[in-house]
Amino acid sequence: MAKLDAKIPKGPLAEKWNNYKVQQNLVNPANKRKLDIIVVGTGLAGAAAAASLGEMGFNVKIFGIHDSPRRAHSIAAQGGINAAKNYTNDGDSVHRLYNDTIKGGDYRSREANVYRLAEVSNSIIDQCVAQGVPFAREYGGLLDNRSFGGAQVSRTFYARGQTGQQLLLGAYSALSKEINKGSVKMYTRRDMMDLVVVDGRARGVIMRNLVTGALERYFAHAVVIATGGYGNVFFLSTNAMASNGSVAWKTYKKGAFFGNPSFTQIHPTCIPVHGDYQSKLTLMSESLRNDGRIWVPRKKEDAEKIQRGELKPTSIAEEDRDYYLERRYPAFGNLVPRDVASRAAKERCDAGFGVGSTGLAVYLDFADAIKRLGRHVIEARYGNLFQMYEKIVDENPYETPMMIYPAVHYTMGGIWVDYELQTTIPGLFAAGEANFSDHGANRLGASALMQGLADGYFVLPYTLQNYLADQIGVKPLPTDLPEFDKTERDTQELIDRLMSVNGDQTVDHYHRKLGLIMWDYVGMSRNKEGLEKSIGLIKDLRADFWKNVRIPGKADSMNVELEKALRVVDFLEMGELMARDALMREESCGGHFREEYQTAEGEALRNDKDFSFVAVWEYRGADNEPVLHKEPLVFEFTEVKQRSYK
Amino acid sequence: MSLAGLFLITFLVVHLTINILILFDDTRELFNQAAHFMLTNPLIQTFQWVLFAGFIIHIILGFVLQIQNWIARPMRYERKGFSETSYFSKFMIHTGVIVLIFLGLHFANFFFKVKFGPIEMIAYESGVYKDVGALVVALFKDIWYVIFYIISLLLLGFHLQHGFQSAFQSLGLNHKTYTPAIKLIGNIYSVLVTAGYLAIPIVIYFFK
Amino acid sequence: MDLTLRIWRQASAESKGQFVDYQVQNISADASFLEMLDILNESLVMKGEEPVAFDHDCREGICGACSLYINGRPHGPDRGITTCQMHMRNFKDGETIVIEPWRAKPFPVIKDLMVDRTAFDEIIQAGGFITVRTGGTLPDANALPIPRAAAEDAMDAASCIGCGACVAACKNASAMLFVAAKVSQFALLPQGRPEARERVQNMVAKMDELGFGNCTNTYACEAECPKEISVSHIARMNREFFGAKLSAPLKKE
Repeated sequence: MAKLDAKIPKGPLAEKWNNYKVQQNLVNPANKRKLDIIVVGTGLAGAAAAASLGEMGFNVKIFGIHDSPRRAHSIAAQGGINAAKNYTNDGDSVHRLYNDTIKGGDYRSREANVYRLAEVSNSIIDQCVAQGVPFAREYGGLLDNRSFGGAQVSRTFYARGQTGQQLLLGAYSALSKEINKGSVKMYTRRDMMDLVVVDGRARGVIMRNLVTGALERYFAHAVVIATGGYGNVFFLSTNAMASNGSVAWKTYKKGAFFGNPSFTQIHPTCIPVHGDYQSKLTLMSESLRNDGRIWVPRKKEDAEKIQRGELKPTSIAEEDRDYYLERRYPAFGNLVPRDVASRAAKERCDAGFGVGSTGLAVYLDFADAIKRLGRHVIEARYGNLFQMYEKIVDENPYETPMMIYPAVHYTMGGIWVDYELQTTIPGLFAAGEANFSDHGANRLGASALMQGLADGYFVLPYTLQNYLADQIGVKPLPTDLPEFDKTERDTQELIDRLMSVNGDQTVDHYHRKLGLIMWDYVGMSRNKEGLEKSIGLIKDLRADFWKNVRIPGKADSMNVELEKALRVVDFLEMGELMARDALMREESCGGHFREEYQTAEGEALRNDKDFSFVAVWEYRGADNEPVLHKEPLVFEFTEVKQRSYK
Repeated sequence: MSLAGLFLITFLVVHLTINILILFDDTRELFNQAAHFMLTNPLIQTFQWVLFAGFIIHIILGFVLQIQNWIARPMRYERKGFSETSYFSKFMIHTGVIVLIFLGLHFANFFFKVKFGPIEMIAYESGVYKDVGALVVALFKDIWYVIFYIISLLLLGFHLQHGFQSAFQSLGLNHKTYTPAIKLIGNIYSVLVTAGYLAIPIVIYFFK
Repeated sequence: MDLTLRIWRQASAESKGQFVDYQVQNISADASFLEMLDILNESLVMKGEEPVAFDHDCREGICGACSLYINGRPHGPDRGITTCQMHMRNFKDGETIVIEPWRAKPFPVIKDLMVDRTAFDEIIQAGGFITVRTGGTLPDANALPIPRAAAEDAMDAASCIGCGACVAACKNASAMLFVAAKVSQFALLPQGRPEARERVQNMVAKMDELGFGNCTNTYACEAECPKEISVSHIARMNREFFGAKLSAPLKKE
């Protein structure tokens, strides 16, 4: 399969990126001005890429769905960003960060990519500090670090609980600088509808202007998509309301292959669902597990009484509580990785021991920590989180245990890219959460920010230049080419079809239903029967959607229901591919847990012999099944082990 | 704006110091003496123009800023603001305009008369002066003028209560310890100055 | 709870808007304010009417997209939170809630409760950055120690989410708190000092050019800021501004 060449440079692991940079092609400054690049998405990866490419002298156009680039969902990341600076002198190094990341991903990611990520991590911190990102500091004025899950060293840089915000605002300020200079042009409130491919290369996009409803055409010599993950396929997730998978999906249907679509991260500490009207889930920082103890009642009667509101958690005696993580994983206890903690909570709730009015919650109890350290210490560490919890749930976590439940948080899967972050469509690049590249089957905390900025600041500026080096002779194409005409017409037809259904159900009705199917069958734990069933259910739901959805208003003006509908159309197709991928992967690894493949103690059982590959899916038209390609994962420099947290 | 305001704030103290002299003796000698000094001293006479400039700058800037502020929100809210803020700060233009009307009246009734009008002379041991004090007493025997004066001066007090600390903020002075002190001084200043000015008509109307 | 909602409806920037009253029933006190609007919107869609357009995204108080002027206060009755973090338990059964868009000349209404806040981006583009090369090799992050207190103060200012509540709350529609937060963040950090003078002048000039009102120190901005950013940053900006104006102009290359 020639198309699936990962283009990993030769040489020892630590020299691959250097070798690449030495051998890559460059574009001279005079020619850079003649080359146009489109960046879609203004989050960490998109803003960083646009700012860097603009700084280098390319003509950049950047598009975002919000009113401002600063609204991208990178802004919501709380914890921090990893880097192998070893400022704390606890034995960290690029190689150790690499090792932790590849192990955390359960050995389902590409060695060379992960190593490069660890390698450029230090430059990210330098870049951010120079931009004026106010990272936390020690009294001596140097940068402070905190520790995070999945690592034995303190390597996480942070800005209170708002690290994502500060890093995004840093990238946004760099972007603003370039916009001011004129090298980057910003287009706000634009939703990418489709990719324009001319002679096999990505050459432009069709955008919908969300204010006027007009379809617009833009040309570029290369296109970067940095449009985030597709976790909202589950309807309820920690993603923002506008987060969607449509751009990835549209490019998939245009010929970009999709990597590991079923790899989804479920975060264990979120505020539980409280009603049918709920629109999204709120994440409570993972750091809470440092001091909180997770438990459910030991007796089913107690759990049922709590669910009916007849019993309070504080009145359950110590011996009647089941601290199930400490019981099952004595070595790591409450600090097991995200996927393990999430599955354990689900197991207890499914067995009927869950708490809260829905029975879908477990307790995160700080009573012991408060007794041990005093309330003021807990307040200093988690005060803002406790306050946020109280605002939402209306219960005081200092007095009664918090309730938490896992929620969809991140998608490790995404558009397949090679070492250069180029997709299977030449000239189309994917960065950040939108690509599949660095996290394997599970992402470690504080690594998403690292990857987004690494791709944007330090990888794309090199690899995109390498691609553009032989494009200097290509004159900007007029946007009235037949390829642009046809792509815009296809989009218009899709919109017209949607507007003409005129049924009697809202878009959210279908999205919610899809979310339930996904959560029940393609969620935290999956099995063959359920996955097969889900594919049928999704197909039925899709057919129902196209018969009965209702979108009021007009398409040629602002129409928020139409925006949602266009995304749900794609989710309804994407969900099916996720289920197929999960069905194909007959092993458990990272966030992907197949009930048939577990150890006697109920732990994930990986199958390296048959499944040590990236599942890469190719679209073959609406009436055909997608085709699976396999990119084998070769571990030349890494010892592959079974993860154990007992 | 803030500099002119602070300048006027100091002027008010000087003005009050002279005014209050009228309460100290029934013969008005002290006050008339002071008035004579103010009317004849060349330094004061020169400085008077600076003072006018201060007033004019403060007034013009006040109007310009207010007009810009109205333009900045062409469409008003249906529900008026309920934000917790210092109350008088929202009405600086209103209190300012009333104080300006008062100022006009004050000029017509008093300033021009003293400067250019015929004023009876009064003789003391220390010399013969214009009996400006008599003018004051006569004015403050008119109940309507007294009421208007009291209302205007109260509003001036509110204007000062916000203006005092606001001037420091505008000039860039905001500090964990000093700002509360400035606010306190501002409050004391506004109360004392207002009380001082109000004492004069009240005492004159009821006791003289 | 049952509520009457009095909502500003406006089809587009050009059209004239008006208030429309809606009734919503059986709203849970645990629902968030935006979820309450979602419920209203679903019912409108079912009736074939256009839903109420409003900006919103992260729904956890950090993206700065949500922007409603509720019963006379930006982001509603609670302190230190955004509209999306406010829950219906802040309201009484049977209450009438008036919901308006941000009102300011530089924030024109796009549709219903949605306004255009591009003006904020333009202010940042005028100088809200540090001119360092993006990408490439830079000095080590620890080469420049920064006093912890300065970093903390800078972080206070940097926590601005750019929602525009300060402008909406200000009786003058002034953007001083927003601009000051950015000026102050960079003025406090040594990285920001080299171009501090130009930054404050360019940003203030842009703010004035865009038609925001003047600061009269009413401090409604501080009272309504969901991140509770202090007006002391405005004072710092004033200091920076006067300092820049009073000092000799730097040589232009």
